[in-house]
Amino acid sequence: MLTLTCPYCGVTAEETELAPGGEAHLKRFGPGSSDEEFESYMFARKNPKGVHFERWRHANGCGKWFLAARCTATLEVFGTYSAQTKEPPADIIAAIKAKRPGWEGYK
Amino acid sequence: MSTRLPKGGRLIDRSKSLSFTFSGQPLRGFAGDTLASALLGAGQTMVGRSFKYHRPRGIVASGAEEPNALVGLGRNARFEPDQRTTTTELFEGAETTSQNHWPSLKFDVGAINDKLYRLFPAGFYYKTFMFPRFAWKHVFEPIVRQSAGLGAVPKERDPDRYEQAYAYCDVLVAGGGVAGLAAALKAGRAGKRVIVLEQTPHWGGRAVVDGGQIDGLDAEAWVKDALQKLESMENVTLRNRTMAAGLHDHGYVIGYQSVGDTTPGDGRPRHRLWRIRAGLTITATGAIERPLSFAGNDIPGVMLASAVRDYLVNWAVSCGDRTVVVTNNDDAYRTALALLDAGLAVPAIIDARDMPAGPLVDEARRRGIKVMEGHGITRVLGKTNVTGVEICRQAGEGSVVKQIDCDCVAMSGGWSPVVHLWSHCGGKLTWDEAHAMFRPDTTRPPTGADGGPIAQPVGAANGHLRLSEIMDEAGIGAASDEEGPMAPVWLMPAGAPDALRFKAFLDYQNDVKVSDVQLAAREGYESVEHTKRYTTLGMATDQGKLSNINGLAILSDALGRPIPATGTTTFRPPYTPISFGAVTGEARGEIFQPLRRTPMHEWHEARGAHWEPVGLWRRPYCYPRSGESHRDAVNREITNTRTNVGLLDASTLGKIVVKGPDAGKFLDMLYTNMMSNLAVGKCRYGLMCNENGFLMDDGVVVRLSEDSWLCHTTSGGADRIHAWMEDWLQCEWWDWKVYTANLTEQYAQVAVVGPKARDLLEKLGGMDVSKEALPFMQYVEGTLAGIPARIFRISFSGELSYEIAVPASYGLALWEALNSEGAAFGAMPYGTEALHVMRAEKGFIMIGDETDGTVIPQDLNLNWAISKKKEDFLGKRAMERSHMTDPERWKLVGLETVDGSVLPDGVYAVAEGHNANGQRNVQGRVTSTYYSPTLKRGIAMGLVKHGPERTGEVIDFPGDNGAVHQARIVDPCFYDKDGEKQNV
Repeated sequence: MLTLTCPYCGVTAEETELAPGGEAHLKRFGPGSSDEEFESYMFARKNPKGVHFERWRHANGCGKWFLAARCTATLEVFGTYSAQTKEPPADIIAAIKAKRPGWEGYK
Repeated sequence: MSTRLPKGGRLIDRSKSLSFTFSGQPLRGFAGDTLASALLGAGQTMVGRSFKYHRPRGIVASGAEEPNALVGLGRNARFEPDQRTTTTELFEGAETTSQNHWPSLKFDVGAINDKLYRLFPAGFYYKTFMFPRFAWKHVFEPIVRQSAGLGAVPKERDPDRYEQAYAYCDVLVAGGGVAGLAAALKAGRAGKRVIVLEQTPHWGGRAVVDGGQIDGLDAEAWVKDALQKLESMENVTLRNRTMAAGLHDHGYVIGYQSVGDTTPGDGRPRHRLWRIRAGLTITATGAIERPLSFAGNDIPGVMLASAVRDYLVNWAVSCGDRTVVVTNNDDAYRTALALLDAGLAVPAIIDARDMPAGPLVDEARRRGIKVMEGHGITRVLGKTNVTGVEICRQAGEGSVVKQIDCDCVAMSGGWSPVVHLWSHCGGKLTWDEAHAMFRPDTTRPPTGADGGPIAQPVGAANGHLRLSEIMDEAGIGAASDEEGPMAPVWLMPAGAPDALRFKAFLDYQNDVKVSDVQLAAREGYESVEHTKRYTTLGMATDQGKLSNINGLAILSDALGRPIPATGTTTFRPPYTPISFGAVTGEARGEIFQPLRRTPMHEWHEARGAHWEPVGLWRRPYCYPRSGESHRDAVNREITNTRTNVGLLDASTLGKIVVKGPDAGKFLDMLYTNMMSNLAVGKCRYGLMCNENGFLMDDGVVVRLSEDSWLCHTTSGGADRIHAWMEDWLQCEWWDWKVYTANLTEQYAQVAVVGPKARDLLEKLGGMDVSKEALPFMQYVEGTLAGIPARIFRISFSGELSYEIAVPASYGLALWEALNSEGAAFGAMPYGTEALHVMRAEKGFIMIGDETDGTVIPQDLNLNWAISKKKEDFLGKRAMERSHMTDPERWKLVGLETVDGSVLPDGVYAVAEGHNANGQRNVQGRVTSTYYSPTLKRGIAMGLVKHGPERTGEVIDFPGDNGAVHQARIVDPCFYDKDGEKQNV
């Protein structure tokens, strides 16, 4: 059972206190987008064995959504950060690169 | 035969004699006994029959690894099958029953399977039950159900209590042997918060049985001293009878504590499940001795050498008067020496090694034990107990060179570190050639949230099998006898022919023999995981604690590759089975999940409401009167509502306030229709879709003021929809100025419905509810009967209808006022079923009936509620996809049976032809179906291909038992199409 630290309330919460929300940093495609764009937004999710960015909600806590950078293979957590973020912050990227020199980046 | 010796026994208290029964036979043991030691002490060597061949089986081990000696324990509601006698403490009055036999342990019909072993090879189930198809149901299943299975299932509800507790520590030590205690001392002295878990009631592990010197003290004295020191440390918690069952993500450890097992019914919880967050878990879980594979190695009386020693030293139980020791290592010599010390006979030590050497071997020879070097056992003699062994050269094919009479065989095939906890969360193993065992690869530990190790193995669990090595690792001086090298022996004798291999058991619990694993290899099984499933090696309650390494070795040999190339099966928690009660904890019965109550809940209960669960709420389904069926009650409530006035507790309806400068813009994105242009004081029905375009919720939206809207959601959907709103506000449109609040529980709501609804409200007084002052789809605020209220003129029944929302604390007062004042108008409460029927009579959809997560608003002819003006809303893009605009999609229609009966729920309408599976093609299905007391016939709604274009057509709905229900496609609105009743 994972533990993640909510960046809003500062609580290190057990997984039972959290609700998962899938891949982070999706770009929404609405009306006017092509079928391919919409399909990729709606259905094509990354499923890496390794570094992954995810949405989590502190559902049984402060209620806030936040984002987490995590290794899906080892469950190492590189950091959690605000959901009001368009892309992973520099300090998180630096933390990942320090631990995973071969990492190809988040895009 | 086994027996209790007149003196000795570290763990027993001879002054406390305990009585217990074994399959009805009264026996006695001592306080401190396990069921196993008590059974052996009472001479009960055979304790059960095996799973598949029903061979007589006895106790093999002395701990958690025991595969055979499982019994049923207790009776009636407290009966539990498959209790491991070696880890179950004896208590006064314990009732035990042997398993897997019929009609009795001594005479068992199923034992015929043993003679037919050639018919039951590996993969027997897969091979036999494939063809012919009918044979499974009519021939095999009845037989298998009668004779298979491990123990019987209790039939009654478990009367015991279980609980769960949380704990946090820097260091968790799993295992209270000398390695664990040394690690705990070190961590405790360093000021860490330490928890030590020991699965047995006793501390010290093997060292206290085997002896040796630690830090200048006898092992036993050192353990006592270490415990005293640990107990004096405030930062250290010692917990015996508590197994570390699993190591999970981020250092989450499950501890399984036996609390009230030996005192059933005393009110304490039977088990306690500890949910522990540990910084570092030290796995001091010891090692398990391996059996040797020779013919008849499962006959009662053949035991692990360490177990024979344990029973002797700990419980003063002799497992036999004449014990032959068979081994490939020096450790088993300790058993021979201990037996001599107790005055028992050891006719020979059969050592598979050619040149055993070392102080233990020398000591055995010095004391006159015959050591047969380079020899093995051809076969064990005896049926329900060992009577002797035939000896052969280990290198040969089993020609008997000697026969020795004996009543016990103590075997040792070497030791395997207990690597389960280490492996649960990804710790890797390495093959130790010298000891022929897998040990933790400490360079590849399981890792946690920070990427660092979350486990560290110590002692025998880390592959240190000698006391001196164990304590050396802990930085403490110790002395124990030197031991010479072991030699791996996977089959005895090495060239054993078929006849011997057919009786050489690898897995006692599943009756898997050497020949089975070899057969699997011949049939092409290479993966150890596949072989496990095919042969059942290492399955069931012991998960192969004894059998796995031996099985791997046989498989590797058959495949011609080294053991590490074959690898192990996955070690999964729990280490040994834990009770479902402990997993459940207190979460059962009334507190399985929270119950949400409306302010009027007790009123409903007092009136005998029949409840329907809606989410976590309970809502009255109907209010049956004395002698009235539920169906009659529902019909009465509907008729009364349509004739007089009905009252519905609608408090569970979701009520979410959306407020702020951008609230209108936000709601326009959330709902398929426009909400920003709703005038203050007005109500509008709205639909919400997910991004896939599928309908997910509906309800009436009210514009409360310039910047705030009240969104009603379905009863079950309030929390989900509030979370949905927050998701979009927090993660996508976080710069929009919108605030949401879920006020569902802050307001009680009552629907006052029917032709006399207005009369009733006027009688209550305080607010003008006339047609002019409060037209349909508008709302007003005021004081009704002295209570601050919002009145919404909305209708889900087609009648004149008001929904009155008041602060929750006024809910009951309003409800009681409506009931008492309403009596003059014939007011009656109605429940959810009446609500459902009345909405169906009007053709209104219900989320969850007409929708199932694959239905779009267009399927339900709700195009009128989908804005064409808005550039964007959630689900809009998806509705443009080709499948969503497909004219072949099934669409909502009304359905009337030709004969007026009620259609079964969920039935499908068949079309011409058959699909690829030979099933009839389908063209529609029923989504809602009811008896309408208003129309006095069955009415239904359904989704039908080209439905609305086929009005008047009769289609077939096959039901049960060949019945075919015919129904005519009609308009879904069955009642007051023009809305004259609600618009008065």
